[in-house]
Amino acid sequence: MSLTKKTVLSRRGFLRALGLGGLSVLAPAAVQARAKGSEHELATLLDLSRCVGCGACVAACRQGNAPKFPEPVKPFPAMVPARSKPEDWSEKREVDDRLTPYNWLFIQTAEVDWKGERVTVHIPRRCLHCVNPPCANLCPWGAAGKQDNGIVRINDQVCLGGAKCRDVCPWKIPQRQTGVGLYLKLLPRFGGNGVMYKCDRCHELVAQGEQPRCVTACPFGVQSIGPRPEMIERARALARDMDGYIYGLEENGGTNTFYVSPVPFDLLDAALAQAQAKGPGRPHLGTVADSMADESNLAWATLLAPLAGVAAGTLGLIAGSNKDKEDGHGE
Amino acid sequence: MANRPAPWISRLYLGTVAALALTGMAQMPIFKRYYIADIPGLGWLADYYLTNKLHYGLAALLLALCGFALARWLLDWRRRWRLTALGRTRVLFLAGLACTGGLRVLKNRPDWSFDPFTVMLVDWTHLGFAVLLGLAALAAVVAGRSAFARPRG
Ligand code: SF4
Ligand code: SF4
Ligand code: SF4
Repeated sequence: MSLTKKTVLSRRGFLRALGLGGLSVLAPAAVQARAKGSEHELATLLDLSRCVGCGACVAACRQGNAPKFPEPVKPFPAMVPARSKPEDWSEKREVDDRLTPYNWLFIQTAEVDWKGERVTVHIPRRCLHCVNPPCANLCPWGAAGKQDNGIVRINDQVCLGGAKCRDVCPWKIPQRQTGVGLYLKLLPRFGGNGVMYKCDRCHELVAQGEQPRCVTACPFGVQSIGPRPEMIERARALARDMDGYIYGLEENGGTNTFYVSPVPFDLLDAALAQAQAKGPGRPHLGTVADSMADESNLAWATLLAPLAGVAAGTLGLIAGSNKDKEDGHGE
Repeated sequence: MANRPAPWISRLYLGTVAALALTGMAQMPIFKRYYIADIPGLGWLADYYLTNKLHYGLAALLLALCGFALARWLLDWRRRWRLTALGRTRVLFLAGLACTGGLRVLKNRPDWSFDPFTVMLVDWTHLGFAVLLGLAALAAVVAGRSAFARPRG
């Protein structure tokens, strides 16, 4: 499998680039555009019929990504106004039954009656790495971004922890830890509240052509990773073979995570609700419309508006001068 | 005088820029934190998706107005008017805002993707130009020279 190599942003590189002046971004060479959802993006396929919920993937994620976990400075700066509360998981690092800044993957379990049988389905949950990710698109600070290879990452050197990414994520995936990050160096009492954390698809391994930890750690081969078009084919074939269902292919306009289950996802979602296994840090499995659909439609209107203005300005003037001539008021 | 920029242009410009500043600020998580969205009638300021779409719509209006003014300027107004120093400065900042904003709009489309570093620089530059435009507008008001242009001669 060939994985796209990615330039990792160092803090020094970031500051140097800012020193060069933001205008450099307007140079065409700096703007490397590539269609989202292309064959350069990697997608994962999760065969839920194979998952036994052993948690080996969770353990591998926690262990391998531990160096990236936050080490907050305490006491936290007192925040103004008082309604802004710190979010502190640093004393609860062991929690592994939900998403936290120290746990980027957890196993959800749903029990459903299907085709006359009681079926238990385990679902490894984490960021789905959306094709057009609202968390990255709407981050006002440029801290969340999508790489060429489809990985959606939050830059922990830049994130201010305002949690907008969590608010706009249809699954509320990113999790906040107070007391770390850039906000401490700015106005810690008045703006920001830490750093947001989530699955980064083990970007440093993927950049070297390796597979994410949760993929390799699974004793049952639940997950596989590969170029998006190929994984779509495989997900569809698997769903056909098991007479099953796919989640993540259409949700939120498409993601790079495809769950294939023998049981419909609306039943799984209902079972999670019944078991009170949904809520903060425990994402749902419901249908999700494309969060960015309206923006996508509005985009061309916005981009073409100047041309409409030029046309109105020019035509209006010509019409005006013709009228002046007809009226005998021409210069 | 028929060729004088009509007052509706400055009124529309001011209104649109003010609304863009508001919806732009609403992209940062501050209106809820600072109780502004709690004021009756202002709850929508904490709706990121709504304010983002409004920002797109208002940007379209401002860009159309800029296109209109550009065409008129090149074809007509510049013969009678010339830009003041603060006018030129603000035009430059507006151009910067339009370019970086346009890139952000493209980046949000499903068919365009820029690398995270470029996105960050574009975001910061957009924010920087917005601050600079605000400062230039403030300077123009304080100096009593808010007009972009004055008659030649
Ligand atoms: S995905 Fe694999 S490792 Fe993870 S819980 Fe399921 S069976 Fe275990
Ligand atoms: S699942 Fe949420 S956090 Fe992950 S890429 Fe999509 S919007 Fe972002
Ligand atoms: S891809 Fe890496 S970071 Fe993401 S859940 Fe798997 S092990 Fe964790």
